[in-house]
Amino acid sequence: MWDYSEKVKDHFFRPRNVGDIEDPDAVGEVGSLACGDALKLMLKLDGSGRITDAKFKTFGCGSAIASASALTEMVKGKTLSEAAKITDNDIAEYLDGLPEQKMHCSVMGREALEAAIANYRGLKIEKPVDEGTIVCKCFGVTDNKIAHEVREHKLTTIEQVTNFCKAGGGCRSCHPQIQAIIDEVWQKEKEKVMIAKSPAKRLTNIQKMKMVQEVIERDIRPTLQADGGDIELIDIDGDRVTVSFRKSCVECPSSKVTLKSTVEAKLREFVTDSLIVEEVSS
Amino acid sequence: MKFVYADNNATTMVAPEVVETMLPYFTEYYGNPSSMHTFGGQVAKKIDSARQQVADLIGADPGEVMFTSCGTESDNAAIWGILKANPHKRHIVTSRVEHSAVYNLCKYLAQNGYQVTELGVDTHGMLNLNELADAIKEDTAVVSIMYANNETGVIFPIEEIGNIVKQKGSLLHTDAVQAVGKIPINLSKSTIDLLTLSGHKLHAPKGVGALFIRKGITFAPFIIGGHQEKNRRGGTENVPSIMGIGKACELAKKHLAEEQNGVKLLRDKLENEILEKAPDARLNGHKIHRLPNTTNLSFEFVEGEAILLLLNEKGICASSGSACTSGSLEPSHVLRAMGVPFTAVHGSVRLSLSRYSTMEEVDFIIEHLPPIIRRLREISPYGRDTKVKGQGVTHASARP
Repeated sequence: MWDYSEKVKDHFFRPRNVGDIEDPDAVGEVGSLACGDALKLMLKLDGSGRITDAKFKTFGCGSAIASASALTEMVKGKTLSEAAKITDNDIAEYLDGLPEQKMHCSVMGREALEAAIANYRGLKIEKPVDEGTIVCKCFGVTDNKIAHEVREHKLTTIEQVTNFCKAGGGCRSCHPQIQAIIDEVWQKEKEKVMIAKSPAKRLTNIQKMKMVQEVIERDIRPTLQADGGDIELIDIDGDRVTVSFRKSCVECPSSKVTLKSTVEAKLREFVTDSLIVEEVSS
Repeated sequence: MKFVYADNNATTMVAPEVVETMLPYFTEYYGNPSSMHTFGGQVAKKIDSARQQVADLIGADPGEVMFTSCGTESDNAAIWGILKANPHKRHIVTSRVEHSAVYNLCKYLAQNGYQVTELGVDTHGMLNLNELADAIKEDTAVVSIMYANNETGVIFPIEEIGNIVKQKGSLLHTDAVQAVGKIPINLSKSTIDLLTLSGHKLHAPKGVGALFIRKGITFAPFIIGGHQEKNRRGGTENVPSIMGIGKACELAKKHLAEEQNGVKLLRDKLENEILEKAPDARLNGHKIHRLPNTTNLSFEFVEGEAILLLLNEKGICASSGSACTSGSLEPSHVLRAMGVPFTAVHGSVRLSLSRYSTMEEVDFIIEHLPPIIRRLREISPYGRDTKVKGQGVTHASARP
């Protein structure tokens, strides 16, 4: 049972501005049937560029319909540049909040608005403006989009990313890549924190080697083996750990991501922050 | 508000006779069945009678019935119990449409050193039995395949499956949570080695289940503790609920013919009229090999959660395989395994009846569901004529 606010329920049961505008001045279409939700937003403008009418059609759940309904109410009477300032958070706030898992519905609203504005200004957005590469194949979400949501909403976990843009909500095979993007975005923050942290107790070389071996056996190898891969520890020289991937990892296009997001992350977590992991081909 | 309950595959009403049977075991016969004194010991005798009632429904010997806390525990106990008793065997065969109790357990085992083979299903949700024969190997500890599917109601030919498993020298566990009480089961003439059943799917309370373990099967306990349940499941017995599931099984046996006739008639009427009246509706699952109480329908171009919310407004309780109702963003793994297009998975609704369902209730659903679909279709940007981008059919069928 989703916990919807009274306002969400009101906009779902009595959606405002459903339908088509004949000869619209701007149309924004986002989402797809495959993703489980889609929104078509149509706008009518007067001579001074003010939105005089807005209508929508939505395929989606209760909060998707409510978000679209709310959006049409919000943009009416605004100029395009005023409307362009509406964020997904504004839509959620207008509805007295959305459940965390449903934030992507408000994101879809903002995206449809962006698309409509771009359409009015004559920018072709048939091809996504987003030039990034697809990370989540189930929902067709790119690395740029994920990074944008992470920064915009200060997201720190894969689950939150899924809630905001659906990425990682399907087969989950892109979770390591999403984690890598989160890590990358917050790298600078992390570095700041790291400097502030008191230095960890220095390990002797023998202790370090033993711990690296243990962590690989306990926390890294089983994960890789589950996907048909494997890893071999080649050498440890100071903070430099050299490993080599085996089996399916050798051919795997995301092994570089795995190297940083799994191998290096785990070793830094359990051994010491200063480790650098490098790969050599066998 | 008056509710029309059509979600009996999720859980059922506890039968009034069951409640009545249970009540004395809270305040009057509250002794511990393991105690030496008569006050506790008399309760142990009562548990034996409940065990007999469960055994009678499924044609088992009472000694083959072990009480558990739920269907999920029974599934876990069965699979772990076999694996632990056969440590040299590291392979499991299951299907891609299992209930999460088996599905996710097998996923866990696959990540923890076991080898798991998942059998696919065709568009009607049926297994390819040749594929099963090929999948079973020398080190296959157990084949776990459900009796009837919780989402579509599709019934697997479990005896044929059992014959293949026997020929190949492995063991068959079946999750029969949805089947027990709805269709006749006779384990005295069966190839099934272990069978899971759950109380709250057959008008007993939540929190009690049972596992049938055929005599002669080597089984290691899943919950380790006291000597209860012949040393196969530690933990003081949930006496009132065990008495409840016993009574519920007795009632189920009495009403079995009614499930086959009365409930099925209601289901067929519901299904046929909705398929006729709602736009772009389709049935998911095999039309014949199916539980008498379940129908799983898809309405294209609309989304399941929205349907459920509007049904809920009318007091109608149903469920959906749509992504937005799953708690994650992943739509039903069962419908996807069947190659149901994404458009139809998102707009799927399961209606499941019971012997307490009435013709008035069925008529009420027939009256209100089609207009809800039409209402959502008016909001939807898609329709039969729209070009659908990213339909995702390949997605659904290409999933490993």
